[in-house]
Amino acid sequence: MDILGGLLLVAGAAFLFFGGLGLLRMPDVFNRIQAGTKATTLGTLLTLAGVGCLQPAWALKLLLIGLFILFTNPISSQVLARAAHRIGTEKASRTVVDHLAEDTGESS
Amino acid sequence: MVETLVYLAATLAGAAFLLALWRFLKGPSAADRVVAFDVLTIVSITGIVVIAFAEGRGIYLDVALIYALLSFLGVIAIARYLERGF
Amino acid sequence: MLAMTLLLCVAMIGAALVAIRTDGLPVSILAAGLLSLLASVVFLVLASPDVAMTEAAIGSGLTTFLFFFVLGRVRSGEREGGEHD
Repeated sequence: MDILGGLLLVAGAAFLFFGGLGLLRMPDVFNRIQAGTKATTLGTLLTLAGVGCLQPAWALKLLLIGLFILFTNPISSQVLARAAHRIGTEKASRTVVDHLAEDTGESS
Repeated sequence: MVETLVYLAATLAGAAFLLALWRFLKGPSAADRVVAFDVLTIVSITGIVVIAFAEGRGIYLDVALIYALLSFLGVIAIARYLERGF
Repeated sequence: MLAMTLLLCVAMIGAALVAIRTDGLPVSILAAGLLSLLASVVFLVLASPDVAMTEAAIGSGLTTFLFFFVLGRVRSGEREGGEHD
Protein backbone atom coordinates (compact mmCIF):
# COMPACT_ATOMS: atom_id res chain seq x y z
CA MET A 1 0.00 0.00 0.00
CA ASP A 2 2.85 2.37 0.81
CA ILE A 3 4.65 1.56 -2.42
CA LEU A 4 1.43 2.06 -4.39
CA GLY A 5 0.91 5.44 -2.72
CA GLY A 6 4.47 6.51 -3.50
CA LEU A 7 4.17 5.45 -7.10
CA LEU A 8 0.88 7.35 -7.47
CA LEU A 9 2.56 10.39 -5.94
CA VAL A 10 5.45 10.24 -8.42
CA ALA A 11 3.05 9.70 -11.34
CA GLY A 12 0.99 12.74 -10.31
CA ALA A 13 4.08 14.89 -9.95
CA ALA A 14 5.25 13.73 -13.39
CA PHE A 15 1.93 14.83 -14.87
CA LEU A 16 2.35 18.21 -13.16
CA PHE A 17 5.82 18.48 -14.69
CA PHE A 18 4.53 17.68 -18.17
CA GLY A 19 1.76 20.23 -17.71
CA GLY A 20 4.34 22.87 -16.83
CA LEU A 21 6.46 21.86 -19.81
CA GLY A 22 3.46 22.17 -22.11
CA LEU A 23 2.67 25.55 -20.59
CA LEU A 24 6.14 26.73 -21.48
CA ARG A 25 6.44 25.17 -24.94
CA MET A 26 3.01 25.56 -26.55
CA PRO A 27 2.71 28.27 -29.22
CA ASP A 28 -0.41 30.24 -28.26
CA VAL A 29 -2.87 30.91 -25.42
CA PHE A 30 -5.45 28.25 -26.22
CA ASN A 31 -2.91 25.45 -26.46
CA ARG A 32 -1.41 26.65 -23.20
CA ILE A 33 -4.82 26.53 -21.52
CA GLN A 34 -5.29 22.99 -22.80
CA ALA A 35 -1.87 21.75 -21.68
CA GLY A 36 -1.87 23.69 -18.44
CA THR A 37 -5.21 22.80 -16.98
CA LYS A 38 -5.95 19.23 -18.08
CA ALA A 39 -2.58 17.73 -17.25
CA THR A 40 -2.36 19.51 -13.92
CA THR A 41 -5.89 18.46 -12.94
CA LEU A 42 -4.98 14.81 -13.54
CA GLY A 43 -1.68 15.27 -11.74
CA THR A 44 -3.30 16.82 -8.68
CA LEU A 45 -5.93 14.09 -8.48
CA LEU A 46 -3.25 11.37 -8.73
CA THR A 47 -1.20 13.10 -6.05
CA LEU A 48 -4.21 13.32 -3.73
CA ALA A 49 -4.90 9.61 -4.33
CA GLY A 50 -1.28 8.81 -3.50
CA VAL A 51 -1.36 10.73 -0.22
CA GLY A 52 -4.71 9.05 0.54
CA CYS A 53 -3.04 5.65 0.13
CA LEU A 54 -0.16 6.68 2.37
CA GLN A 55 -2.36 8.20 5.11
CA PRO A 56 -5.79 6.52 5.05
CA ALA A 57 -7.05 8.64 7.96
CA TRP A 58 -7.09 11.77 5.76
CA ALA A 59 -9.08 10.17 2.97
CA LEU A 60 -12.29 12.15 3.53
CA LYS A 61 -10.64 15.57 3.43
CA LEU A 62 -8.51 14.62 0.44
CA LEU A 63 -11.62 13.40 -1.35
CA LEU A 64 -13.27 16.77 -0.66
CA ILE A 65 -10.26 18.67 -2.06
CA GLY A 66 -10.24 16.48 -5.16
CA LEU A 67 -13.97 17.00 -5.65
CA PHE A 68 -13.62 20.78 -5.45
CA ILE A 69 -10.74 20.75 -7.93
CA LEU A 70 -12.69 18.49 -10.25
CA PHE A 71 -15.65 20.87 -10.14
CA THR A 72 -13.97 24.26 -10.34
CA ASN A 73 -10.96 23.74 -12.58
CA PRO A 74 -12.75 22.97 -15.88
CA ILE A 75 -15.15 25.87 -15.27
CA SER A 76 -12.32 28.33 -14.78
CA SER A 77 -10.42 27.07 -17.82
CA GLN A 78 -13.53 27.29 -19.98
CA VAL A 79 -14.36 30.82 -18.84
CA LEU A 80 -10.75 31.86 -19.42
CA ALA A 81 -10.69 30.37 -22.91
CA ARG A 82 -13.93 32.14 -23.80
CA ALA A 83 -12.60 35.46 -22.52
CA ALA A 84 -9.35 35.02 -24.45
CA HIS A 85 -11.34 34.23 -27.58
CA ARG A 86 -13.62 37.22 -27.14
CA ILE A 87 -10.91 39.80 -26.63
CA GLY A 88 -9.34 38.62 -29.86
CA THR A 89 -6.14 36.94 -28.81
CA GLU A 90 -4.22 36.03 -31.93
CA LYS A 91 -3.84 32.36 -32.73
CA ALA A 92 -0.63 30.72 -33.85
CA SER A 93 -0.36 29.78 -37.47
CA ARG A 94 -0.55 26.08 -36.61
CA THR A 95 -3.88 26.47 -34.77
CA VAL A 96 -6.43 25.88 -37.51
CA VAL A 97 -9.66 24.71 -35.82
CA ASP A 98 -11.97 27.38 -34.34
CA HIS A 99 -15.40 25.94 -33.69
CA LEU A 100 -16.59 28.89 -31.58
CA ALA A 101 -16.06 31.36 -34.45
CA GLU A 102 -17.83 28.95 -36.82
CA ASP A 103 -20.79 28.57 -34.48
CA THR A 104 -21.27 32.27 -33.82
CA GLY A 105 -20.74 33.07 -37.49
CA GLU A 106 -17.94 35.58 -37.11
CA SER A 107 -15.02 35.67 -39.49
CA SER A 108 -11.95 34.77 -37.53
CA MET B 1 11.70 3.63 -0.26
CA VAL B 2 8.65 5.76 0.33
CA GLU B 3 10.79 8.69 1.42
CA THR B 4 12.76 8.51 -1.82
CA LEU B 5 9.55 8.52 -3.83
CA VAL B 6 8.22 11.49 -1.88
CA TYR B 7 11.46 13.41 -2.48
CA LEU B 8 11.29 12.57 -6.19
CA ALA B 9 7.68 13.78 -6.35
CA ALA B 10 8.57 17.01 -4.55
CA THR B 11 11.43 17.63 -6.98
CA LEU B 12 9.18 17.09 -9.99
CA ALA B 13 6.53 19.41 -8.54
CA GLY B 14 9.23 22.02 -7.92
CA ALA B 15 10.34 21.74 -11.55
CA ALA B 16 6.73 22.22 -12.69
CA PHE B 17 6.53 25.26 -10.40
CA LEU B 18 9.66 26.73 -12.00
CA LEU B 19 8.35 26.20 -15.55
CA ALA B 20 4.99 27.83 -14.77
CA LEU B 21 6.76 30.68 -12.98
CA TRP B 22 8.94 31.25 -16.04
CA ARG B 23 5.80 31.48 -18.17
CA PHE B 24 4.33 33.95 -15.66
CA LEU B 25 7.41 36.17 -15.74
CA LYS B 26 7.76 36.03 -19.53
CA GLY B 27 4.16 35.72 -20.74
CA PRO B 28 3.48 38.14 -23.59
CA SER B 29 -0.22 38.79 -22.97
CA ALA B 30 -2.41 39.01 -19.88
CA ALA B 31 -4.21 35.75 -20.72
CA ASP B 32 -0.91 33.87 -20.62
CA ARG B 33 -0.27 35.20 -17.17
CA VAL B 34 -3.73 34.20 -15.99
CA VAL B 35 -3.16 30.63 -17.23
CA ALA B 36 0.21 30.56 -15.48
CA PHE B 37 -1.44 31.86 -12.29
CA ASP B 38 -4.00 29.06 -12.44
CA VAL B 39 -1.32 26.42 -12.92
CA LEU B 40 0.76 27.89 -10.08
CA THR B 41 -2.26 27.70 -7.78
CA ILE B 42 -2.80 24.03 -8.62
CA VAL B 43 0.87 23.19 -8.16
CA SER B 44 0.75 25.03 -4.82
CA ILE B 45 -2.21 22.89 -3.72
CA THR B 46 -0.18 19.78 -4.51
CA GLY B 47 2.81 21.21 -2.67
CA ILE B 48 0.68 21.97 0.38
CA VAL B 49 -0.63 18.39 0.44
CA VAL B 50 2.92 17.00 0.14
CA ILE B 51 4.11 19.33 2.93
CA ALA B 52 1.21 18.15 5.11
CA PHE B 53 2.24 14.54 4.50
CA ALA B 54 5.91 15.26 5.19
CA GLU B 55 5.14 17.08 8.44
CA GLY B 56 2.42 14.63 9.39
CA ARG B 57 -0.11 17.29 10.37
CA GLY B 58 -3.62 16.96 9.01
CA ILE B 59 -4.58 20.55 9.84
CA TYR B 60 -2.53 21.76 6.85
CA LEU B 61 -5.07 20.24 4.49
CA ASP B 62 -7.56 23.00 5.35
CA VAL B 63 -5.34 25.53 3.56
CA ALA B 64 -5.40 23.36 0.44
CA LEU B 65 -9.19 23.16 0.74
CA ILE B 66 -9.46 26.96 0.88
CA TYR B 67 -7.21 27.26 -2.17
CA ALA B 68 -9.28 24.73 -4.10
CA LEU B 69 -12.32 26.91 -3.43
CA LEU B 70 -10.81 30.35 -3.94
CA SER B 71 -8.61 30.03 -7.02
CA PHE B 72 -11.83 29.53 -8.94
CA LEU B 73 -13.24 32.89 -7.76
CA GLY B 74 -10.09 34.78 -8.65
CA VAL B 75 -9.87 33.35 -12.18
CA ILE B 76 -13.59 33.98 -12.77
CA ALA B 77 -13.18 37.63 -11.70
CA ILE B 78 -10.15 38.11 -13.97
CA ALA B 79 -11.88 36.49 -16.94
CA ARG B 80 -15.00 38.61 -16.49
CA TYR B 81 -12.86 41.72 -16.26
CA LEU B 82 -10.97 40.84 -19.44
CA GLU B 83 -14.17 40.00 -21.24
CA ARG B 84 -16.29 43.08 -20.65
CA GLY B 85 -15.09 44.83 -17.50
CA PHE B 86 -17.97 44.01 -15.14
CA MET C 1 12.64 21.77 2.79
CA LEU C 2 15.32 24.47 2.64
CA ALA C 3 15.45 24.27 -1.15
CA MET C 4 11.66 24.62 -1.27
CA THR C 5 11.78 27.72 0.94
CA LEU C 6 14.53 29.28 -1.19
CA LEU C 7 12.56 28.57 -4.36
CA LEU C 8 9.46 30.17 -2.84
CA CYS C 9 11.40 33.26 -1.77
CA VAL C 10 12.97 33.72 -5.22
CA ALA C 11 9.53 33.31 -6.78
CA MET C 12 8.14 35.95 -4.38
CA ILE C 13 10.86 38.39 -5.42
CA GLY C 14 10.11 37.69 -9.08
CA ALA C 15 6.39 38.24 -8.57
CA ALA C 16 7.04 41.51 -6.73
CA LEU C 17 9.28 42.72 -9.57
CA VAL C 18 6.57 41.88 -12.10
CA ALA C 19 4.03 43.71 -9.93
CA ILE C 20 6.00 46.94 -9.86
CA ARG C 21 7.67 46.89 -13.30
CA THR C 22 4.89 45.83 -15.66
CA ASP C 23 2.83 48.15 -17.82
CA GLY C 24 -0.77 47.00 -17.50
CA LEU C 25 -2.72 47.33 -14.28
CA PRO C 26 -4.42 43.85 -14.50
CA VAL C 27 -1.06 42.08 -14.74
CA SER C 28 0.12 44.04 -11.72
CA ILE C 29 -2.91 42.99 -9.67
CA LEU C 30 -2.39 39.39 -10.77
CA ALA C 31 1.25 39.50 -9.69
CA ALA C 32 0.20 40.85 -6.29
CA GLY C 33 -2.21 37.92 -5.96
CA LEU C 34 0.58 35.51 -6.84
CA LEU C 35 2.80 37.17 -4.25
CA SER C 36 0.29 36.60 -1.48
CA LEU C 37 -0.28 33.00 -2.64
CA LEU C 38 3.43 32.29 -2.27
CA ALA C 39 3.52 34.14 1.05
CA SER C 40 0.78 31.84 2.26
CA VAL C 41 2.81 28.76 1.33
CA VAL C 42 5.82 30.25 3.14
CA PHE C 43 3.66 30.77 6.24
CA LEU C 44 2.65 27.12 5.97
CA VAL C 45 6.29 26.02 5.79
CA LEU C 46 6.91 28.12 8.92
CA ALA C 47 4.28 25.95 10.71
CA SER C 48 1.48 28.47 11.16
CA PRO C 49 -1.55 27.12 9.31
CA ASP C 50 -4.03 29.67 10.68
CA VAL C 51 -2.06 32.63 9.34
CA ALA C 52 -1.70 30.79 6.04
CA MET C 53 -5.46 30.25 5.93
CA THR C 54 -6.15 33.94 6.55
CA GLU C 55 -3.62 34.99 3.94
CA ALA C 56 -5.17 32.58 1.43
CA ALA C 57 -8.70 33.81 2.01
CA ILE C 58 -8.04 37.55 2.34
CA GLY C 59 -4.85 38.22 0.43
CA SER C 60 -5.11 35.88 -2.49
CA GLY C 61 -8.85 35.51 -2.90
CA LEU C 62 -10.72 38.56 -1.68
CA THR C 63 -8.15 41.25 -2.52
CA THR C 64 -7.70 40.08 -6.11
CA PHE C 65 -11.45 39.83 -6.61
CA LEU C 66 -12.03 43.27 -5.06
CA PHE C 67 -9.29 44.95 -7.11
CA PHE C 68 -10.69 43.59 -10.36
CA PHE C 69 -14.25 44.51 -9.36
CA VAL C 70 -13.26 48.12 -8.55
CA LEU C 71 -11.12 48.40 -11.69
CA GLY C 72 -14.04 47.26 -13.81
CA ARG C 73 -16.38 49.74 -12.15
CA VAL C 74 -13.91 52.60 -12.64
CA ARG C 75 -13.46 51.76 -16.31
CA SER C 76 -17.21 51.55 -16.96
CA GLY C 77 -17.70 54.87 -15.16
CA GLU C 78 -15.11 56.47 -17.43
CA ARG C 79 -16.81 55.05 -20.51
CA GLU C 80 -20.21 56.42 -19.56
CA GLY C 81 -18.89 59.98 -19.58
CA GLY C 82 -18.34 60.85 -15.95
CA GLU C 83 -21.84 60.51 -14.53
CA HIS C 84 -20.41 58.63 -11.55
CA ASP C 85 -18.11 61.32 -10.28
